[in-house]
Amino acid sequence: MSAPTTEKPGTDDSRNDPAAPPPAPEGSVVVTVKIRRYNPEGDADEPYWESFDVPALPTDRVLNLLHHVKWYLDGTLAFRRSCAHGICGSDAMRINGINRLACKVLIKDLLAGGGKHTTISIEPIKGLPVEKDLIVDMEPFFEAYRAVKPYLVTTGNEPTRERLQSSADRARFDDTTKCILCAACTTSCPVFWTEGSYFGPAAIVNAHRFIFDSRDEGAEERLDILNDNEGVWRCRTTFNCTDACPRGIQVTQAIQEVKRALLFRRV
Amino acid sequence: MASTTAHSAGAADRAGNARLGGTLYRGDPGMWSWVAHRITGVLVFFFLFVHVLDTALVRVSPNAYDVVIETYKHPVMVLFELGLVGAVLYHALNGIRVMLVDFWSKGTKYQKPMLWTILAIWLVVMIPGSYYLLVKGFADLFGGS
Repeated sequence: MSAPTTEKPGTDDSRNDPAAPPPAPEGSVVVTVKIRRYNPEGDADEPYWESFDVPALPTDRVLNLLHHVKWYLDGTLAFRRSCAHGICGSDAMRINGINRLACKVLIKDLLAGGGKHTTISIEPIKGLPVEKDLIVDMEPFFEAYRAVKPYLVTTGNEPTRERLQSSADRARFDDTTKCILCAACTTSCPVFWTEGSYFGPAAIVNAHRFIFDSRDEGAEERLDILNDNEGVWRCRTTFNCTDACPRGIQVTQAIQEVKRALLFRRV
Repeated sequence: MASTTAHSAGAADRAGNARLGGTLYRGDPGMWSWVAHRITGVLVFFFLFVHVLDTALVRVSPNAYDVVIETYKHPVMVLFELGLVGAVLYHALNGIRVMLVDFWSKGTKYQKPMLWTILAIWLVVMIPGSYYLLVKGFADLFGGS
């Protein structure tokens, strides 16, 4: 995972002056992009909705529409994106009411049927403090991530060669190696919205990745950390996390496996 | 590494079929089953609370107990009865589903089919059940006796 970069409008006004939009490409339709905006230094104290009409191709992604808005309509729009290809995990946001990566949702999947006008709503992910527009403070999320020791813990001398592992042992935690730390799962969790102290699905997924790794020796330690009021037992199996994960990780399944490890494997 | 993703080609994204509205999170069916589980749980709790109170009344005064129980015989109470049966039935069925999600290794994989199954059972029981209860309620209310 790479550190998410932030697209912030500069203080220099000329940088915020939008350029003239290019001609709408052939085959594009105009859709309304309704964005939940917030400027801590602006006149409005509360977040508010702002709509933009943007030409969109069915093969565009939601991120392209945000770029269009930022580059040609309103340079003050703030959002994170880095690789734009579903790997860096920077642009998780709430699209039409559910957490998705803006760079992975295709416009053709959002178009209203029957030739009706399409409106796409975009909000920041829920449960983390909004800093500006679609940018949230990710620090509480990373704090929970760091708390589960998401790195290899071993004792004794290091082997001179690789730490060998069978395919079956590797497959045991394959699913949870896919996490890109986009926070889509954690901010889709109703428990996390109300109990910010809950570790959240992403931290548990990353604990799972090492707990079930045969080369790692820190499983007991991590299980102890998660065997807490604010740990795995806060999970109410609502499956929002599994639905939100852009990498297709079976998040709820991973959390349940950690719960069962606590219940049955340990004395 | 088999890193297939959930929203791969073919299946349209669930973000597509949105109705316009406020800032409600359009969660997984599993979230709504949990919301309903909470609501029915609170309803059943309040029923039990009232039930303990009215039953305890018999120790205070059997007459007062009789008076309270008499009010429950009003035909309108059929609606409350129906609500109670519906709430207890949903809470019980979904409780089994949640236990299977917790303890059955394939529970998370089949959480949605299990949810549709318990909802089907709920309807199969509730439709004839409410029909008979409501017919009886109407008969008591308007039929005269």
